[in-house]
Amino acid sequence: MIDSIAGGNLVSLATLSQRAIVEVLDTAESFVEVNSRSVKKVPALKGKVIASLFFEESTRTRLSFETAAKRLSADVLSLAVASSSVKKGESLRDTINTIDALGIDAVVMRHSSSGAPVQVSRYVPHVRVINAGDGQHQHPTQGLLDAFTVRQVLAARAGTSGRESGSELFAWLNVLIVGDVRHSRVARSDIEVYTRLGARVTVAAPGTLLPPDIAQWPVTVATNFDEALATADVVGLLRLQKERGSGAFVPSLGEFTSTFGLTSRRAKLLRPETIIMHPGPMNRGVEIDSQVADSSAAVIEQQVRNGVPVRMAVLYLTTAGTTLESGSND
Amino acid sequence: MTNPTLVIRGGLIVGPLESFLGDVLITDGRIVEVGPSITAPSGAVEIDAVGSWVGPGFVDLHTHLREPGKESAETIETGAFAAALGGYSAVVAMPNTEPSLDSVAMVGYVLERGKSAAVDVAVAGAITIGRQGEQMAPIAKLAALGVRLFTDDGNGVQDAGLMRRALTYAQPLGVTLAQHCEDESLAQGGSMHEGAVSSKLGLTGRPAIAEELMVMRDIELVRLTGCSMHFLHLSTERSIALVIEARAQGLPVTCEVAPHHLTLDETACETFDSEFKVHPPLRTAADVAALRAALRAGAIDAVATDHAPHTPESKDMAFDEAPPGMLGLEQAAGLTLEALGGAEADPQVFFNVLSRGPARVAQMREQDVRVGHSAHGGAVSVGEDANLVIFDPNASYVVDRDNLASRARNTPYHGRTIHGRARATIVRGRLVQLEGNLQ
Repeated sequence: MIDSIAGGNLVSLATLSQRAIVEVLDTAESFVEVNSRSVKKVPALKGKVIASLFFEESTRTRLSFETAAKRLSADVLSLAVASSSVKKGESLRDTINTIDALGIDAVVMRHSSSGAPVQVSRYVPHVRVINAGDGQHQHPTQGLLDAFTVRQVLAARAGTSGRESGSELFAWLNVLIVGDVRHSRVARSDIEVYTRLGARVTVAAPGTLLPPDIAQWPVTVATNFDEALATADVVGLLRLQKERGSGAFVPSLGEFTSTFGLTSRRAKLLRPETIIMHPGPMNRGVEIDSQVADSSAAVIEQQVRNGVPVRMAVLYLTTAGTTLESGSND
Repeated sequence: MTNPTLVIRGGLIVGPLESFLGDVLITDGRIVEVGPSITAPSGAVEIDAVGSWVGPGFVDLHTHLREPGKESAETIETGAFAAALGGYSAVVAMPNTEPSLDSVAMVGYVLERGKSAAVDVAVAGAITIGRQGEQMAPIAKLAALGVRLFTDDGNGVQDAGLMRRALTYAQPLGVTLAQHCEDESLAQGGSMHEGAVSSKLGLTGRPAIAEELMVMRDIELVRLTGCSMHFLHLSTERSIALVIEARAQGLPVTCEVAPHHLTLDETACETFDSEFKVHPPLRTAADVAALRAALRAGAIDAVATDHAPHTPESKDMAFDEAPPGMLGLEQAAGLTLEALGGAEADPQVFFNVLSRGPARVAQMREQDVRVGHSAHGGAVSVGEDANLVIFDPNASYVVDRDNLASRARNTPYHGRTIHGRARATIVRGRLVQLEGNLQ
């Protein structure tokens, strides 16, 4: 287990200790304030160059990372995949070496293949690698911002700050993750972060959308979805990844919605304080009804908003190579 | 040009039944004398074998030579060099070339090119045209050429009806069909063993059941047709158990395991290094232990390399996009020794699985003038064709991917210390390799 991502890479949450996770959440909390200033910028990464390499399309994650980098005063090199030489058959190694030759300090990358950021970290060991989602493996910043959002909501209710609460608010918290766990990198990162912080995680999905070895995972499989909803403190919905062929794992989208969708009828089973989350983009009407997504229990927009300070924290810790406590570089 | 007379001094001569210290004299491609302190004729080349095992040259049942079609990864010449360094005197070339070895012309081409190679080259023909699993290849014509093994390796024959017809057709010809057992409806899209590791890594799995189901199916087809069948690169405990059970019932089945399945497990994939991607995939530690136990017990006919060269640019890709396969010929014997228990290994079992067993499966015990190969996997006795290896079980070396005879570099063992090395390889009485140097 790694106790701090300072000066290192962030490719997976599987190797991060609770301490390393809390450090990111606390650092993010100090960046929240920056985003409410009229001049939303700090010089923390001034002079650093961050490459944003999205080999798989993503608007929200790319914008979130690039916004975070710019608020830290880093220069951002953004590779537009459609116009890149990747489409002409250039290898991952050649692409990264070419970008590296321009002089970069960090690369934020998304790739459709699991493990691509791990490979890149071998090609350019002197460059910090931040995984913005790889195949069905990990989406570490999503897991971190989900935990940050939960802590923020619970801390506000408790009249404290997230930083003061550390990981306390997660003790015995019931987190229910619903849907396509099998193909989801978000689920893999969420399960790592929630269990490390002390929460109890339950998953609910048709058997075909659970990984074959789910029995070995540190989670409980819900035998009755409706009952699991009634006891959940947090419900995290996953996107049914139709584009990855998940459609073949259920008889029909309609059947999935009727058995595991968070419909308006089913949302009535939730306690009023239950937090509803979704990493986006949502399939409205499939895993979540529109009325539920737009209800006050849903913190989906807050998740998006928190993406920026959490990614600022990750970029700052990995790329500045120091923590806020131990002194910044400006 | 005749080759010089060779005399091998002081090695442990490993016969099929007993081993003894002695010398071996080789003239004109044959073993002419075996015994203690042979008086060699003047001009004979002396080869020191003290501390080493002297036995029949290894025979690889499963070599991808890539020629024709992928000469950038390997050629018959370079693949044969790798084989000679590994201690092999013969290899069986797999038919998944481009085009496939599914016709008299293509098989004839490889056999002809193989005649000038450092080791004997036999050929496995395709079972179906283009290895497409649709129409039978000219099995009888190829059998008449001397082809003894047929396989669509790389692919398993998915259609049970077609496999039954191929077995029925092949049975009276006295040839063996060899199967790459993976049911694609279960394995498709997978890039490593399905289990805890694949699930953590977010890589789609190729489950053990994909292999085992086809082994079960084919055992029943052998029972139905009576044709002999060889199971390629079995990788799970259950697959081995199925074949052992079928053999006990008297069915004509044989099987091989690959060195990587004896020495690496699924956790190697945690680095996402595509050098560890192979089909069938690296399995669990329990499977590795079961394969080793079966190998030591003599339940496995052969260790076969599945030597699969790929160019660096084609292999260096994301794990799920990279082609499966790894090099094997140069390290296989040392890895087999490790699986058998290192220097404590029984040398007879060692030569059984690397030479005598595979030679029997490939029907290479006798010389075949049609195919142009000499006799392999025999006893070290007077009159035998001189296909021999001098193997030092105590030598050790560190694998360096930039120092391989193979044209490719895709070894998963780079940096690993291997114990046991072929000090010399003799093919048809000619010294082709000595102390790691091609002659």
